[in-house]
Amino acid sequence: MMDIIADGSWLPLSFAALMALAVLVYAVLDGYDIGVGLLSKAAKPEERDVMISSIGPFWDANETWLVLAVGLLLIAFPQASGVVLGELYLPVAVMLLGLTLRGVSFDFRVKAKADQKARWDTLFFAGSLLMAVSQGYMIAAYALGFEKGLAPLLFCLLAAVGAASAYGLIGASWLIMKTEGALQKKAVLWARRCLYAVAAALFLVALARGRLFSDGVSFVLPLLVLIAACMVFLGVVLRSLPAPQDKGCWKPFVLTVCLYLLSLIGLAYSFYPYIVPGRLTIVEAAAAPESLMVILIGALVVLPFLIGYTFFAYKIFHGKTRELTYE
Amino acid sequence: MFDFDPVLLARIQFAANISFHILFPSTTIALAWVLFFFKRRFKATQNPIWMDAYFFWTKIFALCFALGVVSGITMSFQFGTNWPGFMNKFGNIAGPLLGYEVMTAFFLEATFLGIMLFGYKRVSPFVHDLSTFLVAAGTTVSSFWILALNSWMQTPAGFEMINGQAHATDWLAILFNPSMPYRLVHMLLASGLTAAFLVAGVSAYRFLRGDKGEAVMAALKTGVYLAALLIPIQIVAGDIHGLNTLAYQPQKVAAMEGLWQTQKGAPLVLFGWPDQETRSNLYAVEIPKLSSLILTHDLDGEVKGLNEFEGVHPPVAPVFFAFRAMVGLGGLMFLISWLSAFWLKRKGTLAPLLAKSLVFMTFSGWIATIIGWYVTEIGRQPWLVQNLLLTADAAADHPPAMIGLTLTLYLLLYAFLLTAFIGTLFHMARKAGKGKTI
Repeated sequence: MMDIIADGSWLPLSFAALMALAVLVYAVLDGYDIGVGLLSKAAKPEERDVMISSIGPFWDANETWLVLAVGLLLIAFPQASGVVLGELYLPVAVMLLGLTLRGVSFDFRVKAKADQKARWDTLFFAGSLLMAVSQGYMIAAYALGFEKGLAPLLFCLLAAVGAASAYGLIGASWLIMKTEGALQKKAVLWARRCLYAVAAALFLVALARGRLFSDGVSFVLPLLVLIAACMVFLGVVLRSLPAPQDKGCWKPFVLTVCLYLLSLIGLAYSFYPYIVPGRLTIVEAAAAPESLMVILIGALVVLPFLIGYTFFAYKIFHGKTRELTYE
Repeated sequence: MFDFDPVLLARIQFAANISFHILFPSTTIALAWVLFFFKRRFKATQNPIWMDAYFFWTKIFALCFALGVVSGITMSFQFGTNWPGFMNKFGNIAGPLLGYEVMTAFFLEATFLGIMLFGYKRVSPFVHDLSTFLVAAGTTVSSFWILALNSWMQTPAGFEMINGQAHATDWLAILFNPSMPYRLVHMLLASGLTAAFLVAGVSAYRFLRGDKGEAVMAALKTGVYLAALLIPIQIVAGDIHGLNTLAYQPQKVAAMEGLWQTQKGAPLVLFGWPDQETRSNLYAVEIPKLSSLILTHDLDGEVKGLNEFEGVHPPVAPVFFAFRAMVGLGGLMFLISWLSAFWLKRKGTLAPLLAKSLVFMTFSGWIATIIGWYVTEIGRQPWLVQNLLLTADAAADHPPAMIGLTLTLYLLLYAFLLTAFIGTLFHMARKAGKGKTI
């Protein structure tokens, strides 16, 4: 610990931690937006309006965490950003295509001509799906150090399916919290199905990672046990929902966030100390300390405000979703 | 397969993205302040027409904002995918500027946008006013950081190069680099004009369809008066910005003016065809000595020509023509906004022909902004960072087919979205005339 402070590597390491935090917050917050987008396909048109209203006031700020995450990569680790974004050129383009379609169709669907609404809804779903699968694909490709070949490709595709289920899970958990009645019942059902899919995908990912890629990454048993326990608990909670007086409607969301957190810790653990697996370490890839200092000071000043007004916005739109109106 | 140059493809891709992107921030920066103005007017007069105008334009604002956000995110990724050489060499400078933009502006505007759009009935009038103000302030602060970075790339200052990487020595000098104040003012005024002509144009469209309610007229007047107020200031600001460019990037001005030879008493080339082969203008129509007078405020002042910069000056024709188109459009904006303002002031209404010309000019701010950016961005080629990094040296080494494929996808997407936006904009204008709700 003293070494880290003495040789100045605490600065790049804190930026890596900050980036991991931004990724986690992004995955949770925009994750539920994407999840709602995925599930919107399975809903009736009038349910879809409620679902989309539940994310309306938030999605824009949620998406900003992605800008922060990629921004931190660009500014704190410029060397790594060239390698990572270069290797991921195509999936990044697919994600951006999805992100654009998702973000605008959300707005267009209520403003364009009425007979075009269904088309924008389809684009909203398609955009969300493209984002989910491309992000899953990218995380897996990144974890494998951009290895090429059939086995890595299959692994990445598996992760893409896993990511879509994980986003579906958090989207459904969000809806359990924000909706009531028939839609809430449906959301519980969706959450259960997504949970099974996530469990299967995680199991296969762990198996594949252990069997196919014996690159010395050892899994931390306690972490796996915690993840399994979290999923079992979530499964039990989902069986009891919706409960009378809507008790515990927030529990699935919190448990899903725990699941995300544990998975991210596992991922980060398997990377450390690399920022590009096998190629560049966090300390090697970092920008000049004086520039990092300038950003860190700004972040420390701004972050409390940011967290403060984010809570404020969530408080204003707290509770079950009502119809969204401008006027 | 065609043998495309990957650098050229990467540039076209980035240019396509940034051209699409700039339409929306240049609208929202000023439109946010227009919305805030509507709210202040309502507060001062208690006349509900101002809230009618506010609610109508808020929806258009929301649409523009969404389009700006998604294309802006695309751009931040393309820094990494298309121009890794830039972040490698100048990440220490560009990083903090981009970081501060995200931290001080993006989150602020995105969070309060939700309250501004959907919180009207849930929060107190004060909180709603404050949210509208913070969204407007956020968009303006965001433009400050972005223009500081762009200006730094054109007129770098406050740094030293150590082992091929830039290191900051003076952050104030980096932020307030020589061209930054001029570019920021020019851009903010451009945004004001973009929003003004958009508001005036759409309101004139509603006016022509017989939708002449007080709220429509109030928005129409706001747009027209704002345009008439800003256009003379913009012409002066643009001229001063040009003088600043002459001091720091003389080759760009030489391309704008179409001047090949360094000369005293340089003529103003009104029209002509700059020919890079013969290094002269074909079919030129010139006014003697006027260029020297404008640029040096002296009939016999010396103006540097392109031949001083052979090999490291921009392609002349695009800069030359874009500059003329921008100036011409500025003149047209002046004429139409002043005529309309005069008419509205005198008669309280508009002649149909004037209303039609305002509709015709709805997107004139967009076009002027884009060609203005082409002047300054093509005008700094072949440099990405003036005298320090060539665009070609910053480009990523991707297979041309891959860039071509994604470029095609982006172009199709942007064409689709632009069509959808313009269609929806006028659909909303028609629908607003028929009933209250959207």
